[in-house]
Amino acid sequence: MQLALQVGQTAQPEAIMFWLLAPLAVAAALGMLLVKKAVHSAILMAFVMIVLAIFYIAQDAVFLGIVQVVVYTGAVMMLFLFILMLVGVDSSDSLTETIRGLRPIAITAAVGFGGLLVSLLGRATIGRNAAGLATANADGNVQALAQLLFSTYVWPFEVVSALLITAALGAMVLAHHHHKADFRPTQRQLSINRFRGESLGSAAGLPGPGVYARHNAVDVPALLPDGTPAPTSVNASLEARGDMLDYKKFDLAEINTKVEEEK
Amino acid sequence: MNAANYLYVSALLFTIGAVGVVVRRNAIVVFMCIELMLNAANLSFVTFSRINGDLNGQVMAFFTMVVAACEVVVGLAIIVTIYRSRRSASVDDASLLKR
Repeated sequence: MQLALQVGQTAQPEAIMFWLLAPLAVAAALGMLLVKKAVHSAILMAFVMIVLAIFYIAQDAVFLGIVQVVVYTGAVMMLFLFILMLVGVDSSDSLTETIRGLRPIAITAAVGFGGLLVSLLGRATIGRNAAGLATANADGNVQALAQLLFSTYVWPFEVVSALLITAALGAMVLAHHHHKADFRPTQRQLSINRFRGESLGSAAGLPGPGVYARHNAVDVPALLPDGTPAPTSVNASLEARGDMLDYKKFDLAEINTKVEEEK
Repeated sequence: MNAANYLYVSALLFTIGAVGVVVRRNAIVVFMCIELMLNAANLSFVTFSRINGDLNGQVMAFFTMVVAACEVVVGLAIIVTIYRSRRSASVDDASLLKR
């Protein structure tokens, strides 16, 4: 055991843990790419994060391991799932390529990049004799990290707090939905507008939809005495949706004036 | 087992995350893949910290986590805003500048 640690090999239980969890983590990460639904991706992502937390704790980074669970699997994944439910859980990803040949190129590039990284790591001499954190963590991991954080890294620490506040404010500004002032005219104001407006044409009230038109449905504009349709008679939201029918001038010539006798 | 094995896992996870960012179209999944890349980098930091017997790597990973949390908050707010105006969470639909 002592000899094994001296030549940079880790203890046996850690090796078992690693070979059990590392393939699972990589498989879950691959599954993230392959599954169609975003929720399944999120679950697999949470699994990868938990495995990474275990890896951190196994590597004498107890504080980071706990923070990983609290921040990532707790807060960040929670946020992801929340937004996922908000934005549409059933909106599964369309797996059709929008840019032609993107997927083969991406996979080729990834294999090349991954191969480069792995071969680079294989050739490097790092990790052949891991120093271990036994001396650095002698007073406890949290205490040692706090020592560093509040002495050497105190300025970055303050800057990061500013970053957090800015991010929170930015999210509030971005996500805040600005409602238009919900101003509704009173009956008195409506009445004044009707009689003291530009014309008295609508003083007697606007026609309802379908008055004198071919159909008396709500989506048919009423016809004015001269045969022109009155689009104001139809609900504005119907008009905005393009659901208004028969928007044309009434023409007598179109009408079949020959009256058929009833039998 | 060699401690450098963690670095291989980190490299693989980073690569998978990079592919996901390029290939997937759902903005939220793209975002999760970015998180995966950040996490892979964190694993490297922690492993190097152990290999070198130096806690600076762990502090760096801690800062990465904070920045990643900020990034998630702002990014998800942007996704929600885009969804609100375009009714879609696909990265392909936000292409107004192209036309």
